[in-house]
Amino acid sequence: MLKIIRNRIEQGCKTSSYPKEPINLYRRYRGLPKINSDCDPSIISLCEAICPQDAILGAERKIDLGKCTFCGRCENVSEGAFVTFSQDFGMGTATREALVSDGSLPALAAHAKKHFRKLFGRSLQLRQVSAGGCNACEADTNVLATPFFDLGRFGIDFVASPRHADGIHVTGPISKNMRSALISTFEAVPSPKVVIASGSCAISGGPFFGSPEIVGDLNSLIPVDLYIPGCPPHPLTTLHALLQFFK
Amino acid sequence: MDNLLRIKNGEAVKRSAIPCVPFNRFAEVMADFVSNNGFVVQFFAFVDGEKNRLLAVVRNKDLYVLGTEVGEEFRSLTMACSEKFHMFEREIAEQYGITPLNHPWLKMVRYHENYRKVPDVFGNNYREEIPGNYPYFQIEGEAIHEVAVGPVHAGIIEPGHFRFQCAGEEVFSLEIQLGYQHRGVENLLTQVPLKRLPVICEGIAGDTSIGHALCCCQALESLAGLSVDPGARLVRSIALELERIANHIGDLGALSGDVAFNPPAAYFGRIRGEFLNLLQVLSGNRFGKSLVLPGGVSKTMNVEQVKIIEDKLKELEPEIRHVCDLLFTAHTVQARFEHTGTVARQMAEDLGLVGYCGRASGIEYDARVSFPTEAYEPLPANRNEMVNGDVYSRAMVRREEIFHAIYLIRTFLNRSGERSAKTTMHELSLEPDAFVVTVNEGWRGELSHCLLTDGNGRIVRYKVKDPSFHNWTGLAMALRNQEISDFPLCNKSFNLSYCGFDL
Repeated sequence: MLKIIRNRIEQGCKTSSYPKEPINLYRRYRGLPKINSDCDPSIISLCEAICPQDAILGAERKIDLGKCTFCGRCENVSEGAFVTFSQDFGMGTATREALVSDGSLPALAAHAKKHFRKLFGRSLQLRQVSAGGCNACEADTNVLATPFFDLGRFGIDFVASPRHADGIHVTGPISKNMRSALISTFEAVPSPKVVIASGSCAISGGPFFGSPEIVGDLNSLIPVDLYIPGCPPHPLTTLHALLQFFK
Repeated sequence: MDNLLRIKNGEAVKRSAIPCVPFNRFAEVMADFVSNNGFVVQFFAFVDGEKNRLLAVVRNKDLYVLGTEVGEEFRSLTMACSEKFHMFEREIAEQYGITPLNHPWLKMVRYHENYRKVPDVFGNNYREEIPGNYPYFQIEGEAIHEVAVGPVHAGIIEPGHFRFQCAGEEVFSLEIQLGYQHRGVENLLTQVPLKRLPVICEGIAGDTSIGHALCCCQALESLAGLSVDPGARLVRSIALELERIANHIGDLGALSGDVAFNPPAAYFGRIRGEFLNLLQVLSGNRFGKSLVLPGGVSKTMNVEQVKIIEDKLKELEPEIRHVCDLLFTAHTVQARFEHTGTVARQMAEDLGLVGYCGRASGIEYDARVSFPTEAYEPLPANRNEMVNGDVYSRAMVRREEIFHAIYLIRTFLNRSGERSAKTTMHELSLEPDAFVVTVNEGWRGELSHCLLTDGNGRIVRYKVKDPSFHNWTGLAMALRNQEISDFPLCNKSFNLSYCGFDL
């Protein structure tokens, strides 16, 4: 008992004051990219060529954040001449198209569906389904339950049964071997329900795009309401998206 | 042993130098090797022209390789000599449609069509999406009942299926059937441009991003003749240790949560995040993704990052010590951890367990000591004292490894003046007709990648092995005669990778 109290005192209160106060991530963190649209085309093609995800659309001067794994090679190779990654972690969108970005994203709150807010604004219960996820997305979703983020204080929880859930949160490129289990889980959630695609895998297949063993795009199976990009999305990206979309 | 070719970790050899012996000789050499304290690192099939070949990489104090040629079937080594071949042979049957005759438990590993498009060994029709439609081991009797769990589990966790045969609360047998996470990684790695390889490897198992990326990049470096700065080697080693600490701390927290002792679960949950943030300080990503590239690292470590890591370690080390003390001295925790899920040393050796699962049962093997890469060469190994093979031992090994890893990181940081430059992904041309195997001690244990190139320097076979490939069988054995309610605890003490196994 004494040890518990001693540890409790040493640990103190670690819960973040986000979103009341802004939070700054270390400058090496790669969030929403800034794009220099006046960049020399030869540098843009250099970036296009080095991108492992084919996420750079050189002619349109855009990056597909649904494909991007935020590896930063384009920034490195061009010394930031075409792309620089900012520390802005707020990258959730309501549509797939919005993720093909010129460096800006539409404000998520304005695009959130009104009835979702009314229904789930005070309490949102999600069932997480990993469908081929590499455990990075899963781990950084799990971490939202730790004292620093403390998701529960916003009335949002991850629950065990899809019957208790208001929606599903999907990670991974949707391996063929998980397709039927994923659809069963989705069907077991009572309507109205929310579908969240988290991480580049669930949005576009991520690093595994092109493999015949995956579906690669959650929206081709079930209609997605909220996209959270990243590889994996930073816990704050997820938190920001959930708060903006439902609160 | 005279047939075996001795090789070095991460050094390419010509494919023609690998001895290819008749299968009977191959079986003899393997039987002799594994019964004399030898272990299997990799054992896989590939197609060479029109011929089916098998290649085994084995280790005792050194690494060896041996090849053989087979037709559509071969005599199972699992039956003839050792359990260590069991899962590898099932994999060969599934991937290449080659039957290991008399294999005692010939079932699919992951559920997918074989690469050669020949008739399926298991008689499956893969147009039907029915992973889980398998015959399971069953015990008959009036008092016996069966419990099926998964693929979707209650929690934020990867999918897999567990089938228990129980009498009341007691588990007689657990069968673990995975494959739900299969993404076709090995094939994909041979078909895509080289620039995608590190990114794909980081996703083999996201919690082992650094480990798998290291295996991949060391192999590419060896085949492309790239050298790596000593400074970059330090950064990679530090990243690998940070990954180890983050995962071990997370697991100690989860173990604590599984026995309903909440304070350490909360504290360790938060402290784990601090270590992920240190990886972010190094690389810009909480899992270290994008850091390791062929030829070096994408970001250098400067005075600023060294200072941040040093300060954080100073702050966190006493906290970890205190929370560990809280966890390991609680009687309720000890009562649940001790004598639960025991894997005896003999069993661990028979199965060839690796990493902390092996070390907790008294198998000392640590690839950082036996086959050092990166900056590990002159460093002392961790010694662990608790070798009973139960949950308590597996937890204690992790506790000791956390402090050992902190010590290693401090040692590396003291040498941080060494030269290093950031690198980017270059076009690579790989040595033709070559073979390379890389071995690293990831946080779960021995990771290994094997690459074979053809006459044009193209990768024709990419074989990945995550330590979970060995250790899942260990978990199944740990559950024998346990209470079924202890399953979550046993599972967490192993904490194996689903996607690393499923590939």
